Amino acid sequence: MAEQQLFKVTIDNITVEVPAGTTILNAARKIGGEVAPPAMCYYSKLKDSGGKCRTCLVEVSKGSEKDPRPMPKLVASCRTTVMDGMEVKNITSEKALDARKGVVEFLLINHPLDCPICDQAGECDLQNLSYEHGNEGTRYEFQRRTFEKHSLGPYIQLHMTRCILCFRCVYTADQLTNKREHGILDRGDHSEIATYIEKSLENDFIGNVIDVCPVGALTDRTFRFKNRVWFTKPVDAHRDCPTCSGRAQLWMRGDEVFRVTARKDEWGEVMDTPDGKPGWICNTCRFEKKNTSDWVIEGPTKVDRHSVISQGHYIGMKVPNETFQPLMKGREPKLMMDIHDVSEVNKTNIDLSLIEGPATSETFSPDA
Amino acid sequence: MSKKLLLEKAHVEGIRGYDVYRREGGYRSVEKALKEMNPAAVVEEVKKSGLRGRGGAGFPCGMKWSFLAKVEGVPAHLVCNADESEPGTFKDRYLMEFLPHLLIEGLIVSSFALNSHDTYIYIRGEYAWIIDILETAIEEAKANGWLGKNILGSGFECNIHVHRGAGAYICGEETALLESLEGKRGNPRIKPPFPAVKGAWDRPTVVNNVETITAVVPIINMGGDEYAKIGVGKSTGTKLISACGNINKPGVYEMDMTITVEEFIYSDEYCGGIPNGKKLKACIPGGSSVPILPANLLLKTAKGEPRLMNYESLSDGGFISGSMMGSGGFIVLDEDQCVVRHTYTLARFYRHESCGQCSPCREGTGWMEKILKNIEDGKGKISDIDLLWDIQRRIEGNTICPLGDAAAWPVAAAIRHFRDEFEWHVLNPEEAKVRNYGLAHYADPIHVAV
Repeated sequence: MAEQQLFKVTIDNITVEVPAGTTILNAARKIGGEVAPPAMCYYSKLKDSGGKCRTCLVEVSKGSEKDPRPMPKLVASCRTTVMDGMEVKNITSEKALDARKGVVEFLLINHPLDCPICDQAGECDLQNLSYEHGNEGTRYEFQRRTFEKHSLGPYIQLHMTRCILCFRCVYTADQLTNKREHGILDRGDHSEIATYIEKSLENDFIGNVIDVCPVGALTDRTFRFKNRVWFTKPVDAHRDCPTCSGRAQLWMRGDEVFRVTARKDEWGEVMDTPDGKPGWICNTCRFEKKNTSDWVIEGPTKVDRHSVISQGHYIGMKVPNETFQPLMKGREPKLMMDIHDVSEVNKTNIDLSLIEGPATSETFSPDA
Repeated sequence: MSKKLLLEKAHVEGIRGYDVYRREGGYRSVEKALKEMNPAAVVEEVKKSGLRGRGGAGFPCGMKWSFLAKVEGVPAHLVCNADESEPGTFKDRYLMEFLPHLLIEGLIVSSFALNSHDTYIYIRGEYAWIIDILETAIEEAKANGWLGKNILGSGFECNIHVHRGAGAYICGEETALLESLEGKRGNPRIKPPFPAVKGAWDRPTVVNNVETITAVVPIINMGGDEYAKIGVGKSTGTKLISACGNINKPGVYEMDMTITVEEFIYSDEYCGGIPNGKKLKACIPGGSSVPILPANLLLKTAKGEPRLMNYESLSDGGFISGSMMGSGGFIVLDEDQCVVRHTYTLARFYRHESCGQCSPCREGTGWMEKILKNIEDGKGKISDIDLLWDIQRRIEGNTICPLGDAAAWPVAAAIRHFRDEFEWHVLNPEEAKVRNYGLAHYADPIHVAV
């Protein structure tokens, strides 16, 4: 193969060489850190994705070596390919940052902000984005748009109210399954992700829509409401799977496997397997193998120390000294009231991860 | 009386039928092009004519044609955009309804120039009866040997297909139109690649407005150089204007682009002035998407020169003191019209028509509509006006397709020129329910002799 042509591109005054045909966003990811624009809809493993959310807008201050004119508008960096000698401003451009602030505001005006009860909280791209680029309050004074909740079959829960219409799940179904069974209905601000009509999604690989969803619109029904992600501990594991790579991440608490997902890279996307293919996992691995005995555990996943998930990462953690006993001169503290005396929730004899579907009061009723 | 090229024969009895159209000199351009010229020569004539796209953006047509990628073994397509959905614009409807053969003639010549064997007319579904007219006309043309295989013995093959849309404004955007034509959801594509490289079914495609295509007929008949002599500057040829609103004679007018806006509104040949002795308050000169202009800025530019009805003059002063030619939907507002209500109506339209693909447009248009409704209902706050300004600023230019701009510009211009009216609405909610603000202090200061 002939030597691939390399283009020099300068992003926020850092020059990097990338092959021709690379997008600005991927060139910026090569530099890494803050220079990489945030992306809510672009997913490098999904062809044709991107260009929709507009969070990755950047300013091109110099088109190329041959044509140095700046581009008149901000461009979506995920869909614009670099030219030789291009100069791009991302975090050094006030215009781009202002536009991004606007986009975050637009994405949030109809978002329910129900993070306290959302399973995605802690690993939500929209949370991260609003934390970095959003305002502390909202200027929106109207009723937010709402939708009915739908179950897309036994495994996937659709919470359309939270959706930001990134189209990633549509591309996933297009590209991983042989027949897409869901899509966008209606248009404009009332468009919604839906199956036509009220069907369930049943393809072997459809569970991956949960992994690509940047918000809590598509969540795992076998994990729903069972735990917060930062209380669980991610562990790399693999198993011999006839349908997929079998390389997954187990989200554990103690010995219980609460959730199985594909492994994610630093951009929150599904990691490649050693043979260079995206490591999508199948529904069997994701939803049905919830015992540690199903898996060969490789070790704890490295989690970015800034991530809220690393709060549950116990490596090197020092147990603080118990202060009660010395203070009380050797006596044990007296338990004033055991919560289980008044509540049936969280009975110690119930294994949360083994319950089918979300836990309800019925799960904890004495007859169960 | 300005020169007419397209509508010259529009009032001839029976011109809708083939026989009369042919007797009146129809299809001469096809004969000329196919017998005497080659495709490159046709493109060259159109380039020389300086014809600018009549759909709204005003991009030079000849240049657009020359961008068409020529790929060996891959057919190219010409698609005629007849999805005329811009509020206030109805010129294409008039052309297609009364002169269907003129469009077909233009399509044959243009298809010959672009070597498109399958040419499509994408027409909005609401024009249901026009679809029948076009299909009858295509049948007639086919029966007389103007369509099909080996037209006039030249070996050139051309078929025209009419595709009806399903009622979405967004499908007038060229890439959304192509998606819809392919049978998909009408969402605009992300450019590049442009349709000239990858258009319908990934083949090189040119999308032209109905009026642009029909203008090719006189260009070929009279020659590009002759055509370029009509008009002024880069606004060559004639333009159809669909005038509506508070005027005595609403309708479709053809004019060469040398007359002044004042003449257009007040002369009896065109709009015939404002009815009931009212005064001119404002005007949207190019279809609902372009900025609204108050009377003083409409009739004279910021430099004090009289404003002409052409591309350059209407956009003189940028968006600060100018507007755009747009698609030629000329909407006139008299002193009784309320700008706030008018802006709210437009905002509602754009919210309803936003495709929902990219976030600024999907969320921003709805937000603007709600705020405008509040102001209109007397529940607004002064800070809402600044908020509106901020929202439109963050939509404009940040969306995939121009619908975001089209939704932002009317709001921006209304606030820019009529801010006092918005403030009056907020401060006098009760009064605003029963009467309008009337003329702004700067509107209609010019004494107009009728």
